[in-house]
Amino acid sequence: MNNILVFPMVLPIIAGVILLFFRSKPAIQRWGSILTMIAVFAISLWILFQVMDQTILRLNFGEWAPPFGITFVADAFAMLLVTSSSLVSILCLLYAAFAKDEKREKFFLYPFLLLLVAGVNGSFLTGDLFNLFVCFEVMLLASYVLMTLGGEKRQLTEGIKYILINILSSWFFLLGIAYLYGSLGTLNMAHLSQRIAEAGQPPLLTTISILFLVVFSLKAGLVLYFWLPGSYSALPTAVSALFAALLTKVGVYALFRVFTLLFYHEPSITHTIIGLMAIITMAGGSIGAIAYTDLRKIAAYNVIIAIGFILVGLAANNEAAIQGSIYYLMHDILVKGLLFLIIGTVIYVTGKTKLDQASGLITSYPLLGWLFLITTLSLGGIPPFSGFAGKLLIGQGALEAGEYVIVAAAFLSSLFVLYSLLRIFLNMFWGETSISQKNRVILPKGMIAPCLILALLTVGLGLGMGVVSPFVAEAAHVLMNPEIYIEGALKDE
Amino acid sequence: MRENDVILQTVSKVAVFIILTFGVYLFLAGHHNPGGGFIGGLTLSSAFVLLYLAFDVETVNAGIPLDYKMVAATGVLIAIFTGMGALLFDSAFLSQTFAYFDLPIFGKTELATVVLFESGIALGVVGVVVTIIISISEDV
Repeated sequence: MNNILVFPMVLPIIAGVILLFFRSKPAIQRWGSILTMIAVFAISLWILFQVMDQTILRLNFGEWAPPFGITFVADAFAMLLVTSSSLVSILCLLYAAFAKDEKREKFFLYPFLLLLVAGVNGSFLTGDLFNLFVCFEVMLLASYVLMTLGGEKRQLTEGIKYILINILSSWFFLLGIAYLYGSLGTLNMAHLSQRIAEAGQPPLLTTISILFLVVFSLKAGLVLYFWLPGSYSALPTAVSALFAALLTKVGVYALFRVFTLLFYHEPSITHTIIGLMAIITMAGGSIGAIAYTDLRKIAAYNVIIAIGFILVGLAANNEAAIQGSIYYLMHDILVKGLLFLIIGTVIYVTGKTKLDQASGLITSYPLLGWLFLITTLSLGGIPPFSGFAGKLLIGQGALEAGEYVIVAAAFLSSLFVLYSLLRIFLNMFWGETSISQKNRVILPKGMIAPCLILALLTVGLGLGMGVVSPFVAEAAHVLMNPEIYIEGALKDE
Repeated sequence: MRENDVILQTVSKVAVFIILTFGVYLFLAGHHNPGGGFIGGLTLSSAFVLLYLAFDVETVNAGIPLDYKMVAATGVLIAIFTGMGALLFDSAFLSQTFAYFDLPIFGKTELATVVLFESGIALGVVGVVVTIIISISEDV
């Protein structure tokens, strides 16, 4: 019994609900939510170290033993993601606290951000497929509100599409769960894994697995990403950074969990399809990233490329590639938050959203310029930044698996990432300055501080590869050996 | 122009109490029979909605000065804290317990901690449903 496991989900909910009572006090809202997330981060770090000690931690809700009750199961993979997502939410909340968007703060911006984080953490931790659905819904309901909060016309048009597509995919998710329950009679993930292994994953179960692939692809933006660029670019900066950092990653997490723990017996079908989808995603994302001149669209298409890249690791399906994917997931959570914060800040200081509408920003805002360059290099996978380790390992693993075409596509997409962001850098930061000294918007230090911290983190994650690698190795080891997870999730206490 | 709704108002005044009683009955029945916090909460909120339909929003708000958003928030807090309460007794989150007591009028009665949790759910449902109805009526 490890009651501590429930805190990363319950603390944000409690804090969020308490903050509802302090509607008219923005200071309490801002700092209360930041302190909560700091506490969540500290707790998840502590659980991560416990997990390194004991491999798997489990909590039976209401003391109902699995597979009958609902469980929270923490392994290294889940905890690495909980820790990095809590970290990035602290910084996004910090940015929001200094951006002082009073119109939204008055209508419960912070409670909904906290509920979103609660849903995300719950999705990472749960050991039950139906509970995963519930946590997805908690996250999505909060995201629906955040999507439309503020009521700008653009937000509402994109919000309708976003809500419709997510309701549809939730319905498919529920359908998949019903099929699985109908054929196997359980929804505990470890128990499901056992039963699927016993049955040897017959064609019927493989078909159901494709249904899950479609559902999680919609959430992750794998091939089915048509809703993503529009909706992410309609949001205020701090919210869009949190969306870009967390929402698609939950879909990716679910794909990894489902296709390493449950449906791993027919890789020639499922993992080949994932590989193809990854290639299409990277190609589509690359085209989008260089086709648009709208900064937020470019950033959104970069999210899509990264999703394709991470799933190359799952398609290769060996330990090196999975390690690479986990590295890259953590890197992407941090650096996509950073990218969206910087893009938002650039739009805040220039008031322009297209890359040809301003230039020479580096003379007025040198720090912002260099931070953007670091982000670009980190996303492109240049050492010593954090993108490098992940790209290296994914490439290595995919080559081991003999997936040459996918490797070629993956590294080609990295060049497109680099090009699309360097284009912004050269157009907007380089060149003749377009802002006169007297028109200069003063950039609050509090808005640049989260970007600086995130940039330091991406450098730190790149240089501190040695510190992180035992955790990542452990996570990949558990993912590749489902029996460890099953043993931890089902054994009697 | 306001239509004549004497009949609706007169019936409502009586019906509201019947609905409220039925809601409480469903809430308490839920421990062993169909019912419980969610269904009880929905029934209770239908009484509020009937009041809002029969009379206008201002009249009802003057009679029941509650901010329903805060009712919902209180409900959720109660539900979570009863779940957390199990931690104080060194059991798992959301654990519940029950015992039999000899009460003066009821005789041997089963008292369960889950009722506290369910009361949180009921308040949450009432708060959310009434908030939704009031917000929709404001739009028109």
